[in-house]
Amino acid sequence: MRPADVHTKPHPLYPTDEQPSAAVPAPLIHVNNLSLHYGDRPAFQDVTLSIGPGGITALVGPSGCGKTSFLTALNRLTDLIPGCRVTGEIRIENLDVLAPQTDVIRLRRLVGMIFQKPNPFPLSIQNNLSFPLREHGLRDPVQIAHTTETVLQGVGLWDEVKDRLDSPALALSGGQQQRLCIARALALSPAVLLMDEPCSALDPLSSGLVEDLIVNLRGRYMVVIVTHNLAQARRIADAAAFFWVQDGTGRLIETGTARQLFEAPRDALTAAYISGMRG
Amino acid sequence: MAEASSPTHQAREWLASILVWGTAALVTATFCWLLGDIVWHGLSHLSWTFLTTSPESAGRRGGIGPILVSTLLILGVCLTVSLPIGVGTAILLAEFTSDHSLFGRMTRRSLDVLAGVPSIVFGLFGNAFFCKTLGLGFSILSGGLTLACMVLPILIRSTEEGFRAVPANYRLSAAALGLSRTTTLVHLLLPAAVPGLLVGLILGIGRAIAETAALIFTSGYVDRMPESLLDSGRALSIHIFDLSMNVSGGDANAYASTLVLVILLLAINGTAAWLAERGLHRRIVTV
Amino acid sequence: MTSSHSNILYRWPTDDLLCWLLRGLAAIAGLVVVFIVVFLIAETLPVLSHVGLERFFTDPSWHPAEGFYNLTPMLWGTLFTMAGSVLIATPLGILSAIFCHYYAPPILTRPYRRLIELLAGIPSVVYGFWGLVVLVPLIGEIHPPGPSLLSGILILTIMILPTIALMADASLANVPQHYLRGAAALGLPRWATIRGVVFPTAKSGLFTGVILETGRAIGETMAILMVCGNVVQTPSSFFDPIRTLTANIALEMSYALGDHRAALFVSGLVLMTMIAALTMAAEWISRGRIYG
Ligand SMILES: Nc1ncnc2c1ncn2[C@@H]1O[C@H](COP(=O)(O)OP(=O)(O)OP(=O)(O)O)[C@@H](O)[C@H]1O
Ligand SMILES: [Mg+2]
Repeated sequence: MRPADVHTKPHPLYPTDEQPSAAVPAPLIHVNNLSLHYGDRPAFQDVTLSIGPGGITALVGPSGCGKTSFLTALNRLTDLIPGCRVTGEIRIENLDVLAPQTDVIRLRRLVGMIFQKPNPFPLSIQNNLSFPLREHGLRDPVQIAHTTETVLQGVGLWDEVKDRLDSPALALSGGQQQRLCIARALALSPAVLLMDEPCSALDPLSSGLVEDLIVNLRGRYMVVIVTHNLAQARRIADAAAFFWVQDGTGRLIETGTARQLFEAPRDALTAAYISGMRG
Repeated sequence: MAEASSPTHQAREWLASILVWGTAALVTATFCWLLGDIVWHGLSHLSWTFLTTSPESAGRRGGIGPILVSTLLILGVCLTVSLPIGVGTAILLAEFTSDHSLFGRMTRRSLDVLAGVPSIVFGLFGNAFFCKTLGLGFSILSGGLTLACMVLPILIRSTEEGFRAVPANYRLSAAALGLSRTTTLVHLLLPAAVPGLLVGLILGIGRAIAETAALIFTSGYVDRMPESLLDSGRALSIHIFDLSMNVSGGDANAYASTLVLVILLLAINGTAAWLAERGLHRRIVTV
Repeated sequence: MTSSHSNILYRWPTDDLLCWLLRGLAAIAGLVVVFIVVFLIAETLPVLSHVGLERFFTDPSWHPAEGFYNLTPMLWGTLFTMAGSVLIATPLGILSAIFCHYYAPPILTRPYRRLIELLAGIPSVVYGFWGLVVLVPLIGEIHPPGPSLLSGILILTIMILPTIALMADASLANVPQHYLRGAAALGLPRWATIRGVVFPTAKSGLFTGVILETGRAIGETMAILMVCGNVVQTPSSFFDPIRTLTANIALEMSYALGDHRAALFVSGLVLMTMIAALTMAAEWISRGRIYG
């Protein structure tokens, strides 16, 4: 009911008995009193939550409540936005994200991101995958080829593109481009994958494919996904967090397991939002 | 409606139409007159020998071979110096500084002022700094360096536009993959900004070739074939000026030289316009 | 997925290096203008210290060899040619842009715009040459001698017209389409729409264009030098030959020494001051565009 309750007492999203088995070292995102301002305007304020390892966490809420801003704070893409100020604390796997001396390159390899609009580079399919790998110090062509094939198979794109790896990535369909972008992120073997409405620019069929892919990632990566599609959030998420705009700034209203948040919301705002979307 | 249909207002509409069409006709006629005159008189003297032989008797006879060479050398010096500085500054302004940073604002302001400096003042500066203070004398080097200062604003502005036209998501997705800014710049932004860079380069060349006043007392008048960059060399525009003002009976060759200059510039500006238009399409499908 | 984790900790020192390199280059670019001003002032200091600025406006004449440094006739020359050409070119340029946007049939729009762009790209020495061989003799037939304030004004008009025409073109293109649709819905005819809707909306862009062309008119050297006759005098009619500040520098710089040379740098400084005043006016106007 009172947002303040939520802020001061972070809810562990995964009760220990429900925790999925993780193949990678368990990351844990701790966010403490996080606020983000564009110039003088706050995008969201006082967000406190922690996200456990291995599962899929959905962030839901109305447009403009700061979900995208929240994601970009997690991998410090906010550095690229002039006038953007982030205060508070974020810890990912013992890494103090906001500390000035933090190596952002390392952080961003640890935390991959998928954007709403598929955004492959204007390069060939092959180079979209190998170029970041090379830049991160992987020189061996055999290993690059191997990684390329593995990740493309991982996203179910290998059979569709294996004969035209040298054609421009921008010639792929929207859904294929988005899966290529996911493959590109996976190639760097991140521990966390941030996804900002990855399906919303796609047709229903491609959207379904990408959704299946995300479900497949469960357990191997920690996925934080923003979506406006509540049905989708319900289908795939293990945990959920609900944001809302109050007094012109985004607030975290409620967190919990996906089932609890969608079926028995504690907060009246959450309940109204969920039922509004349902009705 | 009532207002428009009254006779005085109708008369005003008519008058306006006549004025507007009259202006367009006048401008077009002047343009045709100017260009026609130059082509008409210049074409008869233009030939391969004219382009390759040396001028004789102060340019009344002979060709413009050494003058074209000097012009190219001056241009070469100008671009060698201005291109790295210009592209570097453009990259800094577009990619590495926010619009609010003091350094960026100051640089931009100073470039705006530079763009408005009259070319004769560039000439004064070039004479005082390059010829006198640096001791380069009247030379191709002095002239080229003076022109380099002059073309910087145009080069920087256009290149910066090229970088700003690159979609923001290239930068975001590259950063999200943990690529360094240098890598992003070299492999992604620079190729995508090439159209803008080319347009800037070509406009800069156009401005440099058209320039006269800044060169009179930096690169000098000597019309012999230059042997080094420290020799004085006469640019094409200065040749035209000298023939028409100081050499009686030089008109025929002046016309032909003018035609050469105009053709060069039309080609340069046409290429720039064509590239600028193509640049817009290129962005959609780049390989 | 498979790449080894040892690569993850790759650190990039190149970013800082590149940033400093770029800053260095930008500093050079930014300092050029400072250098220009510093050198102009440094070169004028000797004459300013023992002649003083005032005598450049009060001396009986411009005879640098005898120590007379009156710049006023040349200042008038610059001001008259500038004023005349701006007065003629501004309406012509704006009308020409209006032609492009509201009167020209679609097939003429592009060629006409191209033509203006071509005019903008023709070098001043070509205009000067054409003025010298075509315009000056024509004026000479009407009223000798020919090289005159009038020929200067006409040549400058042709030269700066593309500047204002292109600026006006750009600012007319920025007039929101729905304003025009609104005016059309009210049944306003073409000129009434232009006068009542387009001009007020595009005002600041047009002013900026005027300022830019004024700057060009002040700074123009070669064309003026070739058609104006270069007699140092305050003109009493349009047919009198005149000399502008810029032409004066171009004419005398090659043999000027000592105080004479410094005096020419003074006129350069005067030119810079005029341009700086214009730039400030332009800034003032564009600020008005944001807030008003
Ligand atoms: N680069 C920016 N500069 C200034 N303000 C911004 C910027 N990006 C976002 N904002 C503002 O911050 C607030 C939160 O934006 P954000 O994009 O994070 O919302 P969102 O929840 O992702 O919305 P949506 O669901 O529509 O994507 C909005 O009011 C937006 O206008
Ligand atoms: Mg968003």
